[in-house]
Amino acid sequence: MSGIPHDHYEPKTGAEKWLHSRLPVVGLLYDTLMIPTPKNLNWWWIWGIVLAFCLALQIVTGIVLVMHYTPHVDLAFASIEHIMRDVNGGHMIRYLHMNGASLFFFAVYIHMFRGLFYGSYKAPREVTWIVGMIIYLLMMATGFMGYVLPWGQMSFWGATVITGLFGAIPFVGEALQTFLLGGPAVDNATLNRFFSLHYLLPFVIAGLVIVHIWAFHTTGNNNPTGVDVRKGSKEEAKKDTLPFWPYFVIKDLFALAVVLVVFFAIVGFMPNYLGHPDNYIEANPLATPAHIVPEWYFLPFYAILRAFTGDVWVVMFTSWITGGIIDAKFFGVLAMFGAIAVMALTPWLDTSTVRSGKYRPMFKWWYRLLLLDFFVLMWAGAMPAEPPYSTISLIGATYWFAYFLVILPLLGIIEKPLPTPETIEDDFNAHYGKPAE
Amino acid sequence: MLKKLAISAVAALTFAAGGAMAAGGAGHIEDVDFSFEGPFGKFDENQLQRGLKVYTEVCSACHGLRYVPIRTLSDEGGPHFSEAEVRAYAADNFETFDPELDDTRPAKPADFFPGSNLENAPDLSLMAKARAGFHGPQGTGINQFFKGMGGPEYIVAILTGYTGKEKTQAGTTFYENTAFPGGWISMAPPLEDGQVEFDDGHADDLHHASEDVSAFLMWTAEPKLMARKQAGFVGVLFLSVLSVLLYLTNKKLWAPIKGKKFNA
Repeated sequence: MSGIPHDHYEPKTGAEKWLHSRLPVVGLLYDTLMIPTPKNLNWWWIWGIVLAFCLALQIVTGIVLVMHYTPHVDLAFASIEHIMRDVNGGHMIRYLHMNGASLFFFAVYIHMFRGLFYGSYKAPREVTWIVGMIIYLLMMATGFMGYVLPWGQMSFWGATVITGLFGAIPFVGEALQTFLLGGPAVDNATLNRFFSLHYLLPFVIAGLVIVHIWAFHTTGNNNPTGVDVRKGSKEEAKKDTLPFWPYFVIKDLFALAVVLVVFFAIVGFMPNYLGHPDNYIEANPLATPAHIVPEWYFLPFYAILRAFTGDVWVVMFTSWITGGIIDAKFFGVLAMFGAIAVMALTPWLDTSTVRSGKYRPMFKWWYRLLLLDFFVLMWAGAMPAEPPYSTISLIGATYWFAYFLVILPLLGIIEKPLPTPETIEDDFNAHYGKPAE
Repeated sequence: MLKKLAISAVAALTFAAGGAMAAGGAGHIEDVDFSFEGPFGKFDENQLQRGLKVYTEVCSACHGLRYVPIRTLSDEGGPHFSEAEVRAYAADNFETFDPELDDTRPAKPADFFPGSNLENAPDLSLMAKARAGFHGPQGTGINQFFKGMGGPEYIVAILTGYTGKEKTQAGTTFYENTAFPGGWISMAPPLEDGQVEFDDGHADDLHHASEDVSAFLMWTAEPKLMARKQAGFVGVLFLSVLSVLLYLTNKKLWAPIKGKKFNA
């Protein structure tokens, strides 16, 4: 399966041979688990395991929650309170699920920014990157619909605002919004379909996770140097790699345990820290909350959505040139989805021949600025849509697009990269000295 | 009972015209050092019992606790009354409509607390989690690790925040309150010094009574708070031990690869 030469599974006993000639499932598991992995992977490479754990946690806790939850506008809020008060361990299961979503997004953002720094998106790993971006989009959809299910004030008004985005699409928008909601406004039909999809999408994500792993097992992992594993022979490859089991499994499990210490401290001691108090008020279509704020993991893109108001010249120009078809609202929607689309296109926007940001002196600084930009946008997204926050959002959004559409393509041409190590083995030995004989 | 009816009548008139106003900034909230805050915090049974008394004699005239089953008053980690006490409490204080009898009957522990008597008096079951008292430092809210998110403090601040000024707008009387967003609330000052007498002889001034009822409402909002913190401790403890073991395993596993000697 892998492009890196390695020992394959050989059935030894009669029973193993019998099964292997009929269904090579043991061989598949063996090859997956023993995959040669660059031995210089650093700690930024542990978040994949954390993400796999999050998906499993959300599915398991979610299945239990569904056993006690009622998807009906009159009963949903009360059924959550039933889970919190009467179901054995229900309060823990729900808080794990609530905060599990936050851990999921926390991990996925680190995982993505890891990829953006070390050039993990570059050839030949474009498919891994694209599949990852689709998973991220599905995660956002799942997270958003899950937040609607408790049927609190933020659930209801968040759903109203976000589905309203689709209403901004010219010509078909209103019909599309009605179709998505199952009626003219967020109501029981909306709750039911969101519940159904919230249960379905995680399994689609699980399927895509397998594709994601399949893709990078075909190309081999990237690594902090961005230098390819030598693939001339098994012996050569063995100098650059170690089998995933036990070296990286144990390393990743250690990291996962440390992450979970923090996670359990949050679930145990401040489980509502990342939530919004208004969601403990039952949804009321007649009372709009003072500030409608999405979950923290949507904030950077929410800031981009709100940044492009009618008084920004790009918006005015676009509106004028399209004869008003693309108005400020639709421009904001395009900008928000565009911000994610440009990320998905990085494999073709980054023109540098060097993969890892470690050896790119100019890139490093632009990348750090992008990271800062992400946090600034997150902060601005939580603030009211008024000056100076709207201006800050606009500057942040502009940099986001400039990074992907202008800076990345240009850097590859003007930047002089530093020399990269010859092999992964050289890099590893430079850190740790020669291995003991 | 008479007092309750009187309060109900006054409040009914007060609320008749509509809910609270929601203009202007958030009010001023002072921190209260509650026993249940921080990772080691626990509910104080006596305080919860006093708080229930304030709730029953004052708040319940208008407000409800519709998500709270009366039986949970005997739960550990809550007010922890005896089952007999809870049975007597339910029967003495509340009546429930029973569809089987097609009539009202005295409440039983299996029933829920009644909902609000007034349309504009919000249900209090989750009030302590539905309001955030403070968001510091710098809006990060990280101090809730030690202080909670300030819901009970908000309730104390509302109960003690009346300035005594009133105004009438469109037939509704509003009372100036330093804690309420916008500064004017339609709830008449509900509690005063010495209004509720405590059986355990605890101070019954306005501030103490407010703290007690706020603590009680924190319990109604988060009845499993103590069980949750305990589960948190078990999780943190076990995972910390697991982390150390995995750290050592990992170190030993990689030692020959990294050309280092492993001593342990």
